[in-house]
Amino acid sequence: MTETSFAQFLPALPEIYLVGAICALLMFDVFFGLKKPTRTASVALLLLLGGAVATLISADFGHRQVLFSGMYIADDLATLLKLASFLFVAIALFYSGEFLGRRKLQQGEYYVLVFTALLGVLVLTSAGSLLMVYIGVELLSLSLYALVAFDRENGVAAEAAMKYFVLGAIASGIMLYGMSLLYGLSGTLSLAGLATAFSGPNSLGLILGLAFLVVAVAFKFGAVPFHMWVPDVYQGAPTSVSLLVASVPKIASFAVAYRLLAEGLGEVSGTWTQMLSVLAVLSLLFGNLIAIAQTNLRRMLAYSAISNVGFILLGFVTGTGDGYEAALYFTLVYVMVVLGTFGAILLASREGFEADEIADYKGLSSRDPSLAFMVAVLMFSTAGIPPFVGFWAKLRIIESLVNVGHLWLSIIAVVMSVIGAFYYLRIVWVMYFDPPGDLPRGQPRLALRFVLGLNAAAALGLGLFPDVLLNVCQTVLHRG
Amino acid sequence: MDFAALWNSLPDYAHSGVFIVAVTLVLVVSVAMLTLWERKLIGWMQLRRGPNRVAIFGLLPGLGQPFADVIKLLIKEVLVPAQSSKFLFRIAPAITLVPAFATWAVMPLAPGFSIANVDAGLLYVLALTSVGVYGVILAGWASNSKYAFLGAMRSAAQIVAYEIAMGFALVGVIMASGSLNLGTIVEKQHGAFLAWNWFWLFPLFIVYFISAVAETNRAPFDVAEGESEIVAGFHVEYSGIAFALFFLAEYANMILVSALISVFFMGGWLSPLDGIVAADSALFQIPLLGTLLNNGLHWLVAKTFFFLCVIIWLRATFPRYRYDQIMRLGWKVLIPVTIIWIAVEGLMVYFKIGPWSA
Amino acid sequence: MLVQILFYAFATVLMGSALGVILSRNPVHSALYLVLAFFTSAALWLLIEAEFLAIVLVLVYVGAVMVLFLFVVMMLDINVEEVRKGFTRHAWLGWLTVLALVAEIVGVVAVKQLGIDVTKAAVPVAADHSNTAELGKVLYTTYVYPFELAAVVLLVAIVAAIVLTMRKRQGLKLQDVGAQVATRREDRVRLVKMQAERRE
Repeated sequence: MTETSFAQFLPALPEIYLVGAICALLMFDVFFGLKKPTRTASVALLLLLGGAVATLISADFGHRQVLFSGMYIADDLATLLKLASFLFVAIALFYSGEFLGRRKLQQGEYYVLVFTALLGVLVLTSAGSLLMVYIGVELLSLSLYALVAFDRENGVAAEAAMKYFVLGAIASGIMLYGMSLLYGLSGTLSLAGLATAFSGPNSLGLILGLAFLVVAVAFKFGAVPFHMWVPDVYQGAPTSVSLLVASVPKIASFAVAYRLLAEGLGEVSGTWTQMLSVLAVLSLLFGNLIAIAQTNLRRMLAYSAISNVGFILLGFVTGTGDGYEAALYFTLVYVMVVLGTFGAILLASREGFEADEIADYKGLSSRDPSLAFMVAVLMFSTAGIPPFVGFWAKLRIIESLVNVGHLWLSIIAVVMSVIGAFYYLRIVWVMYFDPPGDLPRGQPRLALRFVLGLNAAAALGLGLFPDVLLNVCQTVLHRG
Repeated sequence: MDFAALWNSLPDYAHSGVFIVAVTLVLVVSVAMLTLWERKLIGWMQLRRGPNRVAIFGLLPGLGQPFADVIKLLIKEVLVPAQSSKFLFRIAPAITLVPAFATWAVMPLAPGFSIANVDAGLLYVLALTSVGVYGVILAGWASNSKYAFLGAMRSAAQIVAYEIAMGFALVGVIMASGSLNLGTIVEKQHGAFLAWNWFWLFPLFIVYFISAVAETNRAPFDVAEGESEIVAGFHVEYSGIAFALFFLAEYANMILVSALISVFFMGGWLSPLDGIVAADSALFQIPLLGTLLNNGLHWLVAKTFFFLCVIIWLRATFPRYRYDQIMRLGWKVLIPVTIIWIAVEGLMVYFKIGPWSA
Repeated sequence: MLVQILFYAFATVLMGSALGVILSRNPVHSALYLVLAFFTSAALWLLIEAEFLAIVLVLVYVGAVMVLFLFVVMMLDINVEEVRKGFTRHAWLGWLTVLALVAEIVGVVAVKQLGIDVTKAAVPVAADHSNTAELGKVLYTTYVYPFELAAVVLLVAIVAAIVLTMRKRQGLKLQDVGAQVATRREDRVRLVKMQAERRE
C-alpha cells in the first residue's frame, strides 16, 4: 500500500473545508449562538467566504485532476461552479438574515442545513461516479426538505415539504433504479468508465436506464411533467428558503446533467437529447402559460423557473459543447437574477406583510423608488430584453440550437420567451402605473439595499459587457 | 479404557457438542448459585443474614435455597392471560434466554480455546445481545397488560440508547487490539495489570460497565421491572417456570456481561503475572501454585466473579434512576464521553503514545 | 450438499416469513415476521461467506431498527381494517409490479442459463480470508470519499429530525443538571454568626 499524505487530497479542499465548517458551526452555535443567533449568522457568512478562498487555493487552473479512485473530479468547471455556489449562498444568507430574525427562524440549525445543502452542490459539481451523484443529490435534497419545513408552525410550509419529500424520494428511487441498470450493463459506477462502456450501439437496457436517469434529473430541475413540487415549494416555504431552493440547486442540477449526460453518456447523446427536447418544450409551454395566470409573485416565479429550466435543457438538447456552454452561461445568469428577485421580495416584506402577492407591489415606484427600479431591472433581465444580461443568455441558447439545425425548437423558444415577457413586464407595469393605495412605504435597510443594488447592477453590467462571463464559460469548458 | 484416544477419535462437531453441554450446565448451576450469593451478599451489606433456612447436608445454611426455589417454581401453574397473544407469550422467555447462552460460543475461555473461533466474534456478541431485548418487548406486548406494556416500552428505548454507548466503547477496544476476534483481543492485552485495556481506555471501560448494567436491566437501571411503579413490569403476568426462565435469563446475562467486561477490558484469562514473570520461568513449574498463577480459565472466572459482586453491590447501594435521567445519562453523558475518547485514542495511535509506541 | 439443504431450508423460511409480513392481520405480527426474514437472510449471507454483512444485518436491522419499529407499531395501535380499505382498488397496480418483477427475475435466470452472462463469477477465497478486514480496507481507501459523505448525510438526518421535532412545551418543568452540579454551598446555606444568648 502506498503512503498517503494529506497533500494529495488538496484538490478536494472545498469539500473537506465545508465538512469542517459544518462541524465548527454546529459547535459554535451550541456554545455561543443559542443566546445571540445573529452571531451564528455572521460566522456562517465568514465561513462561506473562507470556503471561496479555499476553493481558490486548491484550484489548479487549466488542469483536470481525478481523486479518490475516480470519484472526484477537480477541473475548471468544478472550480467555477463551486465559487459561484459559495458566493450565491453567501448572498442568499445575507438577504435572508433580517427575515429569519423577524420570523424567529434564526437558529443555528438553519445555517447548518444550508451548509449541508451547499456541500451536496459541491459534491455534485465534482461527481466522477454514479455513487457520488446519488450521495450529492441526497445531501442536497435532504437538507432542502428540512429547510422547507423549517417553520414548523406553518401548515402551508409543512404541506409543501411533505409533497417535496414524497416526490423527491420517488425521484431518488427512480434515479437509483436507472443507475442500477447502467451498472448492470457496464459493470462500472465511474462516469469515465460509463463513457467507454457505452461507446458502441445502443441497447434496450441502456435506453431504459437512461430514461430513468433523465426522469430523475428532470425532477431535480423541476421540468414538466416532473414539476409538481415546484410551485408549492416556492410558495409554501419561508421566503428565505424559496430563495435558496430557487437559486443554488439549479447549479447542482446543471452539474449533474453535465457530468452524467454530457461527460458520462456523451457518446450516446442521441438517445437522451430526444428525451430532453420533449421535456424542454413542455417546460417552456406550461411554465410560461401557467405563469400568466398567477396572482402570487412567488408562485409566478416558480412557473418562471420551470420555463427557464426549459431553456437550460434546450442547451443540453444540442448535445454539443457549444450548447453546454450556453446552458452554463444561462444557469449562472438565471441564478444570479433570481437571487436578486427573491432578495427584492425580502426587502419589501416586513412584519405582517409578506409582499409575495403581485398586488403588494402596486405603486412601488412612489413608495420605494430605488427598490422599484431594481425590481424593474431584474424583471427586464429575466424577460430577456436587451441590453440586460438575460437577453444574451437566451440568445446564446437559441444560437446554439440554430447551429445544430433545431429550427423548430428555436422558434418555440423565441415565441415562448415573448409570451413570458408579458408577465414579467406586468410586474413593472403594476409597480409604475398602479396607484399605491394604503400600502406601506419602504424601509431603509441600507446594507441589504446596497447588495441588492449590486446584484441588479450586475444584471445590467454583464448585459452591457456580455463577453466577460461568456469567455469564462468558454474557458472552463475548454473551448477557449 | 483410553479416554484421550476416544476423545481424539470423535469428530469436530461432537467435541463442540460436549463443550456446549458442559458450558451450559456450568452456567445453569452458576445462575442458581448466583441468586443465592446475591441475596447473601446484599444481606451482609444490609446487616442481615440472607437466606439461612434450607441447608443441604448441614453445610452452609441457605445452600439449598436455590434448589428449593426452582422446585417451587417448577410445580406452580403457568398462567396464560385470557386475552394474551398465546404463542408469543410462551416463546418470549426463551427468546430472552437463548442469546445469554449462545454468546458463550465465541467466549475465549482459556489460552487459545473457545468453542467457536469466529473472526467477527465481537460483532456476533453485539448482534446477539441486542436480540435479547425482543424477549422483553414481546413479553410485555403479548401479556396484554398495561403494566407489562409500559415495562416493555421502557426497556426498548433504554436498550437502544445504551447499545450505542456500548458499541462505541467497543470501537475503542477494536482500535486497541486491531481485531474483532475475542481471542485476539485477549492476547493483545498481554502484559501486566496495567497493560490490560482498562488502563488506557479507562473512560470507555467505565462507560461499557455502566451500559452493560443497563443492558441487563439491573438496578439502578431496572425501570423495565420497576416494582414500585409498574408492579413487575414486563413479566408481571408470568408465573411458574415461565417466570423462572426470565429470572434465569437475567442472571445468565449478568454472568455474560461480567465475563465480557473481563475479556474486553481486564485481560480475560490473562494472569496479572503474565508479562512480569517470563512464561518459562520456574515459578510456573511449581505443581499447583504454578498452574494457579499462570494464565487460564480460573482467572476469567475470578474476574467475572469480581464484576458480578460489583453489580450486586450497585443494586444494594443505589436507588433506581428516574426514566428521563436514564435517557440523559445515556445520550448526553456516555455517548459524548466515548466519542471523545475514541478521538483521543486515535491521536494516541497516530502519534504512537503508550501501548501503541511499539 | 449440506450447504444446499441449508440454503433451501433457509430460503423456505425466508419466503414464508416474507409472506407473513404482508399477510398477517396484526401489524405487530407483520413486524415480527420481518425480524424473522432478516434473520434468515442473514443466515443465507453466512452461507455465501459474507459473515460481516450477515452479522451487521442482525445488529443494525434486528437489534436497532426493528426494535424502534416495533416500539412505534405497538404504540400506534393501528386499526388494520381501516388501513386495508381500498386495498383491492389498487390491486391491479400491485399485480402489474409483481408481473414486472417476475419477468425481470426470469430474465436474470435466463441470462444465467443461456450462458450470455457478462458478470464474472465470484472467486473463491482462502479459508483465512476475513471479509471484515477486506471491507474495512476498501471502505477506507477506495470508497473513503463517499463513505465520509454518507456520514454527513446521516448528520443531516439527525439535525433535521431534531430541528423538526424538538419543541419546548410551555410550562414544562425540567431538571437542569448543569445548574444542579454548578450549585455552590453559598447559594444554599447561609451561616449566620450570632452572639450566644444568655439563658433566662
